[in-house]
Order: sequence, then structure tokens, then C-alpha cells
Amino acid sequence: MSAHNSEIVGTRSKDLTPAAWLGRAVGVLILIVFALFFVVPLIWLLIAPTKTDRQLLLEAPFALGDIGTLISNWQSLMTFQGGLIWTWIGNSVFYCVAALVITLGISIPAGYALAMTEFRGRKLLLVVTLIVMLIPSTALVLPIFLELSAVRLIGNPLSAILPFSFYPFGVYLTYIYFSTAVSRDLLSAARLDGASEWQVFMKIAMPLSTPVIALVGFFSFTGNWNNYFLPYVTLPGRKAPIQVGLAELLSNVPAFNPTNAASTTITLSALALATLLAIAPVLLVFLFAQRYLVSGMTAGGTKE
Amino acid sequence: MSTIDHSAATAAVALERPRKGMSVERAQGRIGVLFATPYTLFLIAFGILPALYAIYLAFTKKGAFVGFDNFLKVFKDYRFWPAVEHVGIFIVVWLVLLVVLVVTLAILVHSIGLRWFSGTMRFVYYIPGALAGASSVMLWLFVLDPTVSPVSWLLQALGIESFVGAVDASRLPIVLAVIAFWTGAGGWIVIMYGALNNISKDVIEAARVDGAGPVRIAWSIQIPLMRKWIAYMVIMSFAGGTQLFVEPRVLAQASRGVVGQDYSLNQLAFLYAFKQNDFNGSAAISLVLLAVAVTLSIYFVFKGGLFERA
Repeated sequence: MSAHNSEIVGTRSKDLTPAAWLGRAVGVLILIVFALFFVVPLIWLLIAPTKTDRQLLLEAPFALGDIGTLISNWQSLMTFQGGLIWTWIGNSVFYCVAALVITLGISIPAGYALAMTEFRGRKLLLVVTLIVMLIPSTALVLPIFLELSAVRLIGNPLSAILPFSFYPFGVYLTYIYFSTAVSRDLLSAARLDGASEWQVFMKIAMPLSTPVIALVGFFSFTGNWNNYFLPYVTLPGRKAPIQVGLAELLSNVPAFNPTNAASTTITLSALALATLLAIAPVLLVFLFAQRYLVSGMTAGGTKE
Repeated sequence: MSTIDHSAATAAVALERPRKGMSVERAQGRIGVLFATPYTLFLIAFGILPALYAIYLAFTKKGAFVGFDNFLKVFKDYRFWPAVEHVGIFIVVWLVLLVVLVVTLAILVHSIGLRWFSGTMRFVYYIPGALAGASSVMLWLFVLDPTVSPVSWLLQALGIESFVGAVDASRLPIVLAVIAFWTGAGGWIVIMYGALNNISKDVIEAARVDGAGPVRIAWSIQIPLMRKWIAYMVIMSFAGGTQLFVEPRVLAQASRGVVGQDYSLNQLAFLYAFKQNDFNGSAAISLVLLAVAVTLSIYFVFKGGLFERA
């Protein structure tokens, strides 16, 4: 598609009028200005942990610090309340991976069932899934909190893992994938050859579903990793995941809380380093999935 | 299970299917139910039950039915309407930013012939999406503090001398909208790009042959054909915007009270539950927000024309 596109532009660019040339130059300029808007804060975040607070205040924002400072910032962050940051990151990993496994375990079969089988209530389930999928997940946070506190699950890791595992968008993606990418005839052929329903799913559908498993896994993991509101209300203190912990760290930064009398304080550079650590897993996933992320397939996915 | 067998059997009888067809259908129905059940249980436990429980709490007090008392109480709360106003202004600013800039940037990116350039731009726009939640606000604390900001010259040009000045009440809706835009716009740009890819090349080429320039093509062909997706973005962002919580909460913590603990509706619902121990009031506010989200969602599922409801 893009190749065809570039062909058009390519032949045209040779005989551009001055006005058209100017128009394209302005277009490219706008794109670059916005690229800077999106990327400059991130570049700053990569540099900040290599500086001391004093350097952050006085030196040019994009001047590099040095490795020694990075190491001392690292150490001061790691010694904060006996390495609490690793507890938070460990919690995040535990909640998100457990939720990922459960999400895939229930979403893939459910999407398959909605797309490839007939059962009573199928249409109702599909419509309800669509409606719930479009409701922002934050809208259910306080109701879920109220429900979980009624059954005394607050403070239990399950109070994050179970709600994290409910992912209607994943079911919808799987449903769309099976309805469009896997033909029913293929499954019927396998049935004629004597395969049981279970074998049809395991031997035919599952091997074909790798792309959608990756997609659902990606959205589930990144969404849950970045979720703040739900674990903030259900898992306080040492059980908090890193996103909640990060906000907790903030209250130990004197620059933002001058009246704070806490014995251990966090420097601005250490806070920047903590932010970087908190986003590192998702950032890595993004870098690896780069090619798929920018293809616009999510639009194609719902279109057909 | 028996109801399923029953429906499969009647269907088979009605169509006078051969016996083999019937058993295949039954087997399919069984595996369908088996596969859909765990998900359905989660849907009930974390989608439907919480909503029902919130309805129960919102209309009762200490277990006794009190009608709309809880709602009247929160509507009369001196913090409620200011929070509605804050959220409303934020949403308006944010939606304008999103519609104008996302559509413009998507069309511009799509018009670029160089594949690597177009791909790089889309990826750069998308990356901040990795920082949703508390971490994006954390980063913006630095960006908004003129003493350490990478763009302190820009802040000073805008007359912002301190972090507290940056989150001043008059600027806050814009600041929140910019943070939300920074985090989420890339995802929408990629989606719009996908929608633009689905527009037939022939239509564009025909318009070009007729002498339409890029602006005319964008305005008369591309934007009308992206309408459904733009509506999707607006409705989803509106619903998401009413939920504003983490951004003002973290800013409140960092700004020494310049941003209120009760700035947004969700913060207020949070205060009811956690500071006032009033779960009924909290449920009432949550229910108002949930009603907005469900209404928008139902409207879009049935009228948006974007989702196949097979």
C-alpha cells in the first residue's frame, strides 16, 4: 500500500509547482515539530538520571552527566526504604504476568467460541462484550473496589489480578481475528476427517492464532502495567505496584514537598531514574513491537 | 447445559438436518458454552455485579432504601459542581486538541511518500503511550517545572515562572489536556492512519486528476471517509475524560494543594469512600459517571456503524 503511495508521490515530486512544494515543506515541518513535542520529554528523561540535582538546575537540559552520578543515583534509589522499589516492581510483574496468563486463558477460547460456534446467548454475550469494552476501565474502579471490600478481598493480590484479567477488548479482538482470518470450512474439513471439537480447536485454530495471542497479550500487559487507579485503591502500601509506588516516592521528594520531614529523601534525579525504571518494561515491549504498532492494523481489525 | 441441547435439537429438527449434522451442532454448542463460560463469569463478576452493587449502594443507606437521597446529597456538595466544571473544561480543550491535531497529523503522515520517514514519525508519536498512568504525570512534573524543564525557555515565554504557576487554576485544564494528548494522541494517529489506508486509491487519484489539491482532497474525501473513526475517538475520549483521576491526583500531591484533592469527579468519589467513609455517596458519584460511559458506549455500539454485531 505504502509502496503504491510513494510511487504516486515520487512521480509527482519531480514536477511540483512552487506552491505545492511549499505546502509539502510546511507539512513536513509540522510533523517534525510534533515529533519533537512527543520525544523531547523522553530524551530528557533518559539524560536526567546521569546528573545530580544541582546539575539539573544549573546545566543545559540536554547536557549529559556522567556514569558515576548515575551509579550514585541508582544506589540512593535502591537504598530507599531497603530497596522498596524492587518490591513494587516485583509486585507489578507478578500482577501483570498472572493477569496476562488468565486473560489469554479465558479470552482466546471465548473469542473462538463467539466466532466459530453457535450457542444460546452468543449474540447477547457479544453485544454486552462490545458495550463493556467501550466503557473506560476507570469507570468500574470504585464499584469494583466497593464490591471487593464487601467480600473482604482488599489488600489481597487477587484484588488486582482478577479485575486485570477481565479484558473484553481481548475477547473482541480474538472474535474478529477468528471470524476474518480463519475459515469455517477449514474447521469443517477437519471435523469430516473425524477430529473432535477439542482437537479442532487445539490442532487447527490454536496454531493459527499466534498473531492475536501476541496482540491481546501486548494490550493486556501494557494496560495493566500502567494501571494506577485500581491498585491504588485495592492494594496500598508494600503491596502496591510500581505505578502507585512512583506516586508514593513523589511524597519523599523535598523539591515538591518542602514541608516534608521524612528522614529518607529522594532527589529529583533519583525520581527521574525511578520513572525510567517504571516505564522500562513497556518501553522495551514497544520497541520490539514497533513494526506492528505503527501499521494501523487496529483500524483494519475492526473494519471488516 | 440442557437448554443448550434443547435449542440445538430444535434447530436441527426445524432444518431437518441429517443426524450427523445434529451431533456436530450439539458438540459445537457444547464446546462454545464451555469456552465462553469462564469469560462470562469474569464479565459478571467484574462488569455486571460491581455495577449492580453500586446501584444498590447508591439508593440505600445502612441497607435501607432511601431513593435519590444520596444523589441529592452529592449534588448539593459544594465540591460537586466545580468538579463537573473542571472536568467539562478539560474535556472541551482536550477534544478540540485531539480532533484538530490527530486528523491533521494523520493526513500529513499518510501523505509522506518516504516509508521510513512516515514509519518513524508514527512510532515517535506512539512511544509516549508507554507512559500512561502515573509515570507520564511524573515526567510532566519535570517538564512543567521551569527550574529543571527541558523547555524552560518555552515556559518562560508563556509567562510561567514556577511549577505552581504552571498548574495555576487558569492553566490547569490546558496542562491536563496537553498531558493527555501527549500520552494518547499517537495511538489515535496510528488508528486514523489505518483508516486512511482503507480509502480506495482510485478515489484519491480520480480527484487528483480532476485537479483537487491535497487540502481539497483531505477536506472533501479523506475527512468525510474518516468520520466514523473520528466519532469513535471523540466518544471514547469523552467517556475517558469524565474519568479524570490520576493526573490531578499526582499534580495535587506535587503542587502543595494548588491543585485540589477534589478537582475531578473521580477524586471526589474517592474522597467520599476513603476520607468520609461514605460508600453510598461514593457509589452515587461513580454511578453518575458510569451512566455517562454506558450511555455513550451503547449509543456508539448501535449507531456508530463501526462494529459488526454478528
